[in-house]
Amino acid sequence: MINLRFLHVWRRNLLVWRKLAIPSMLGNLADPMLYMLGLGYGLGGLLPQMQGGSYVAFLAGGVVCSSTMFTASFEAMYSAFSRMHVQRTWDAIINAPLSLDDVVLGEWVWAASKSLLSGCAVLLVATALGVVGSPLALWIIPVILLAGLVFAGLGLIITALSPSYDFFMYYFTLAITPMMLLSGVFFPLTQLPVWAQAAAQVLPLTHAVALSRPLMNGLTPDHVGLHLLVLALYAGVSYGVARHLLRKRIIK
Amino acid sequence: MTLLSVAGLRKSYEGREVVAGMDFSLRPGECFGLLGPNGAGKTTTLRLVLGLTQPDSGSITLLDHDVATHAREARARVGVVPQLDNLDPDFTVRENLMVYGRYFGLSRAEVERRIPELLDYAELTARADARIQTLSGGMKRRLTLARALINDPDLLFLDEPTTGLDPQARHLIWERLRQLMLRGKTLLLTTHFMDEAERLCHRLAIMDHGRIISIGTPRELIAANIEPEVVEVYGDGAEDWAAATGQQLAERCEKHGETVFCYTHDAHAMVASLANQSEHGDVRYLHRRANLEDVFLKLTGRELRD
Repeated sequence: MINLRFLHVWRRNLLVWRKLAIPSMLGNLADPMLYMLGLGYGLGGLLPQMQGGSYVAFLAGGVVCSSTMFTASFEAMYSAFSRMHVQRTWDAIINAPLSLDDVVLGEWVWAASKSLLSGCAVLLVATALGVVGSPLALWIIPVILLAGLVFAGLGLIITALSPSYDFFMYYFTLAITPMMLLSGVFFPLTQLPVWAQAAAQVLPLTHAVALSRPLMNGLTPDHVGLHLLVLALYAGVSYGVARHLLRKRIIK
Repeated sequence: MTLLSVAGLRKSYEGREVVAGMDFSLRPGECFGLLGPNGAGKTTTLRLVLGLTQPDSGSITLLDHDVATHAREARARVGVVPQLDNLDPDFTVRENLMVYGRYFGLSRAEVERRIPELLDYAELTARADARIQTLSGGMKRRLTLARALINDPDLLFLDEPTTGLDPQARHLIWERLRQLMLRGKTLLLTTHFMDEAERLCHRLAIMDHGRIISIGTPRELIAANIEPEVVEVYGDGAEDWAAATGQQLAERCEKHGETVFCYTHDAHAMVASLANQSEHGDVRYLHRRANLEDVFLKLTGRELRD
């Protein structure tokens, strides 16, 4: 049975975000802008054409996903951990007629919503820089929503296992950073040795970038169904595991 | 209506039985206290009756709902004041009440209508737009209490409501809780303060090692468990006096730290002996009526609990 109680939790986070909405959105815009100006033009100036376009156009199709990944991960780890463990906001909520499952679903959807916003900011910056190929790029929006759910789910798993904030550094060092470098965000996967290309297919970010890059450049991606399936599986399974671990941690 | 009824409740963590067979029920309009040392199982009992953790066995009925299956529905008519403050630091005083009210599915208009009265009750009207971090411990507690009333609950759970407060703040909380009882609310509170239990509770259950070891009104507990008068004897000569005289005159003597506690039905002879002794300056004494603390210490022992 579907219920919408999780929206209470989602709205609570929205109300807090609204207080700092302007600096938060400026951050969402400034971050990809720096990437694209610095790397895109700075480094891109030294490079030949990439897949028939400028390096900035190439980069925009990757950064839209990595930005989403970072925002969803931060929200599902540092922010959710604060609410769960430090501020005990979740404890207060589950004394009301909401269940822990409502809270976890609310946090999951919230982290994905916030990352959707930061993905859209990249899209906006890319449009302003004139590197968006066609209105096909609007299909990036559902892709980053799905990617947001993936990284929110994975982040919540780490939160469920974490004794303190320090623990998150392991996840960033061992998962997020390698993923950022090996999923085709900065360079085509074909530059990697064959075994690394195969390994990269396991990473969810690879599949998100495989969809967003062609869409950004006005092309229809190949294997759309496969990429969506991988992302949907990552999202669903990570959410299920996170919910199970959080129940174990909190309900005991 | 069954407010709260608990039968055969048990819960273990890692092989240690934290709640080891609890039975009790609440009567309408009463303040019922769970009194016990740290680790007696008070907080776990509260978590169990709210359905926040699953019992190993036993049944709980909360406001006519079976907690095993309908805890969430039952919580809609309950207010909770937790042991650790968990006010939302991202919001102001007023916003805390607003956001919390929405968790109960109340409309914005409905919560807005209730807020002024609750701010007044908590004496926080002037601080309505203050951030939580700027409030004193007493103010936070009062706001937590007001927050627990946002859904106009029939039943209120308070987990050590005055722990960590200064005496003025405690008295204000007690006064507010008595107001709630006058308005017909039923209260379940946990505490390890005897004065709080004696002052507020109509009935008390003394808990230790996950069990209720005695239950009744404060007077009943004193009458059932302990002699009515106590003479506390201390000073350098206390032990010698107790060995030579106290043991014969009192029905029971216990030494704790530097003090000998002599329990009796009639302290006249002891007081006369001590008055005589104390002129020599090596024994001092205090004669008083037995209180809940004597009962508590007799039943739960005097070893230190951490």
